[in-house]
Amino acid sequence: MDFPIFHLDWLNNRMLIAIIAIIHVMINHGLAVGFMPLITWLEQKGVKNSGREQITDLDWDNRIYNMMKVAFIITTTLGAMTGVGIWFSVALVSPTSIGSLIRVFYWAWFVEWLVFVTEVILIMIYFLTWKSSNTSLRAKLLHIRFGWFLSLFSWITMAIIVSILSFMMDPGNWNTHKSLLNGFTNPIYLPQLLFRTPTAMLVAGSFGMMLVTLFFKKGTELRLKAVKYVSKWIILWAPISLLGAVIYYRAIPEAMIANMSTAVGTMDFNKYYYLMKYFIIFGISSSLIMAVLGLYKAKWIKSYMVLFPVLMAFGYLGFFERVREFVRKPYVIGGYMYSNLLLEEDYPVYQQYGLLKNATYTTVTEITPENKVEAGRNVFAIACSRCHTTQGVNSVVDVFERMYGVGKPLDINSMASYIPNMHNGRTYMPPFPGTQEESEALAAYIRSIQDTGDVLEGAQSEGVEVSELQDTKAVLANKK
Amino acid sequence: MINLYIALQNNVPVPKDIPLPLPMPEWFFVVVLVLSFLLHILFVNLMLGGSILALIAQIKGLKNKQYDILAHEIAKTITVNKSIAVVLGIAPLLSINVLYTIYFYSANALTGLMWIAVIPLVTVAFLLTYLHKYTWESLDNHKAVHISILALATVIFLFIPFIFLTNINLMLFPEKWALVKGFVDALFLPNVFPRYLHFILSSLAVTGLFIFWYNSRKSYPFEEIYQEFTRYDIQKKGYSLALTASLCQCMIGPLVLLTLPSKGMGWNLILVIFSGVAFAVPAMWLIWKRLTGEKENIEKDFYKIAMLLGITVLCMGSGRQIYRANSLEKHKELVKIKTNEFQILKKKVATKMKAEEAGAASADMSEAEKGQKVFSQYCASCHKIDEKLVGPPVFEMAKIYKGNVADLQKWIKNPGKKRPDYPQMPGFESQLDQQKLDQLAEYILNIK
Repeated sequence: MDFPIFHLDWLNNRMLIAIIAIIHVMINHGLAVGFMPLITWLEQKGVKNSGREQITDLDWDNRIYNMMKVAFIITTTLGAMTGVGIWFSVALVSPTSIGSLIRVFYWAWFVEWLVFVTEVILIMIYFLTWKSSNTSLRAKLLHIRFGWFLSLFSWITMAIIVSILSFMMDPGNWNTHKSLLNGFTNPIYLPQLLFRTPTAMLVAGSFGMMLVTLFFKKGTELRLKAVKYVSKWIILWAPISLLGAVIYYRAIPEAMIANMSTAVGTMDFNKYYYLMKYFIIFGISSSLIMAVLGLYKAKWIKSYMVLFPVLMAFGYLGFFERVREFVRKPYVIGGYMYSNLLLEEDYPVYQQYGLLKNATYTTVTEITPENKVEAGRNVFAIACSRCHTTQGVNSVVDVFERMYGVGKPLDINSMASYIPNMHNGRTYMPPFPGTQEESEALAAYIRSIQDTGDVLEGAQSEGVEVSELQDTKAVLANKK
Repeated sequence: MINLYIALQNNVPVPKDIPLPLPMPEWFFVVVLVLSFLLHILFVNLMLGGSILALIAQIKGLKNKQYDILAHEIAKTITVNKSIAVVLGIAPLLSINVLYTIYFYSANALTGLMWIAVIPLVTVAFLLTYLHKYTWESLDNHKAVHISILALATVIFLFIPFIFLTNINLMLFPEKWALVKGFVDALFLPNVFPRYLHFILSSLAVTGLFIFWYNSRKSYPFEEIYQEFTRYDIQKKGYSLALTASLCQCMIGPLVLLTLPSKGMGWNLILVIFSGVAFAVPAMWLIWKRLTGEKENIEKDFYKIAMLLGITVLCMGSGRQIYRANSLEKHKELVKIKTNEFQILKKKVATKMKAEEAGAASADMSEAEKGQKVFSQYCASCHKIDEKLVGPPVFEMAKIYKGNVADLQKWIKNPGKKRPDYPQMPGFESQLDQQKLDQLAEYILNIK
């Protein structure tokens, strides 16, 4: 509406954010929040298990250092850049929502940034001074203490960001308690944190087990010891992760029922909700089985066997993110902004005067029989393109064909009368923000792309055309 | 008032802003933006300058082993500086997002693919710098491969500033937004290339000073690392680079100023820029004095020089912000007018709608008529009266459920799936209360 519309017509805009965000969450949880305490703990074990005349078991220490090196390289490259990537991609796809959130949560992000700077400095101190701290016991113990500090700061970074995530899920609070504090006090905050903390530990445990099998020589005493330690770690955190998952699982519908136009009860929600159970069970149990095996039959653990629980644990985490994303619908900010980035409170204006009359960038402002399809293309870009593509992932043609019959020519009149009412049946859809005329134009456009296979190019390649109702001249004329 | 806007041409979009107040006064964000950006760019300079110098040194190192050691020492700093550069980038990013929401995001979208390409490109470059650093020994016999790794990372680092400069430049010119089609168009807007050269030179100057400082530290075991080079050799190299790059700035600087579109120019800008130059001149003179002076005295005045150049950098950074504020001043006023107008319109429409709703609710309707309203709101998108649309026609329902209100309502609330060739119907339990269900059943079962 107010921004040039960036659009990926094959990949789908949301998918861009999802790919970057999921990579980031997995690295953040599995290789930072959960991994730093695991590594520090293992480093400490090396000191404890060494003889009196040694500072630490150097062979053990070196292998743990190598495990840390993997995490260090991944977190400071892919981890850090996908974190920035979330900002970049959301700014492209969803500028209005991130722009609004920053204005409310500026301080949360600012504090988050300070903690994050500390975290990065600590991780560099921790990793880069590892070898040089092996010169005296005092230095080594100080080094281990830095490891614990680092673990604490990684956790705080997550604890702050979760407040913003849960704020976005919690419906209705935008209009009443639009504040930083609400991010922390809303009903989904603690369940989410309770879920994420042990799950991060669990995922890190599985990943750590994989690294153990790679960095410790097969059949050595040291490897058996390492496998047992990591197994204990997993066995400790698995039940807590299960508990957190169950609490979070229960908190979701309760929070969503509070939202009047909730997606709960629709078959699409049920599908996700139902699947979630299996992801919890498989995600946790596969790690747990591996851990029990590791504790009693440490010799049996091979790297290819570990791959499966690692993938399951990451999948478990990823699926929770997907559900979180779905639960928000039809809003992007509960009760305030729909997923098409239009404000609920602005709807009356759009529905009365039309989207095209109010859009800054459109090629059509007055719909005529000749420009109907072109007008529909603009309506699609403004109202649908954040979640739907023309021919790619979640294509608008596909969703209509699924309703009216695959391969059959779509009926323009049926679609035009369906569109303004679809949010009643499909509650995860925002209401159509335009006029009846615009709904007809949109239907005509959808039919035309079904016939022609045309695609919609975004502003990043097509550029924009400024509406003659929204340029400087128009604003000045209005003012006079 | 009107002549205020004369600088703006036609075809300039005026979007409405996000209707939320800034969380802090504007000056606060300006201060945070300028300071945090300079900190960020300092480490970016060191990362980029370090990569270029390490590359050159390593190539020289093919003939003279001492240079190879120097390259290794510089390479070790790149990976640290790059991590700091990234985290320090977040504060200015947040601040510019708040302060220039409309402008920054619009420029991002218009150069979208390249903008998002920053993420994979920088990730790859970072991974390459680690690969380069950690394979120094293992690739010792494959120098060509090893140098290529760094060369590739350096090429990526050299390209990334184009993306940022293009964005930051495009955001200043809403009058160009309708003219550019993608990144390449925006890249060739005036001023991007001069600013790029300006940036590269400052990276080299800053890195020169850094090399001087890094090798002057008493805690740095220089003599254990190098066999032939002395501290003085490297210190001289650092200072020479800083001085040469600064002298080149004296030529590129005016070019940047001359190619700036006149819309954001002002005496305030000129004053700040030339104050910056005024601090740079004595700094350069001091460097020259130390370079040509006694060997033992080369470390003298370093902090004076760094301080003076620091003030120069602060002036240049402020100049950027002043130009930005000057250029967007008028357009921001228009956006404000537009945003307020929309808020007024919104209130007007809302009151009108409320009045209409109140009128409609008082109308007298029969149960079946009310049911028809419910039907058109919730069901009509999939069901027609006499023919199949998505689901079966109403006539069929009336036939199936004749005299069986309870089962009809049960189905509506929680539908099953009877017909294999029809899509599954969603349930309406949460949307329709008993009263609406009764009205709806009344309408469906009495359809004629």
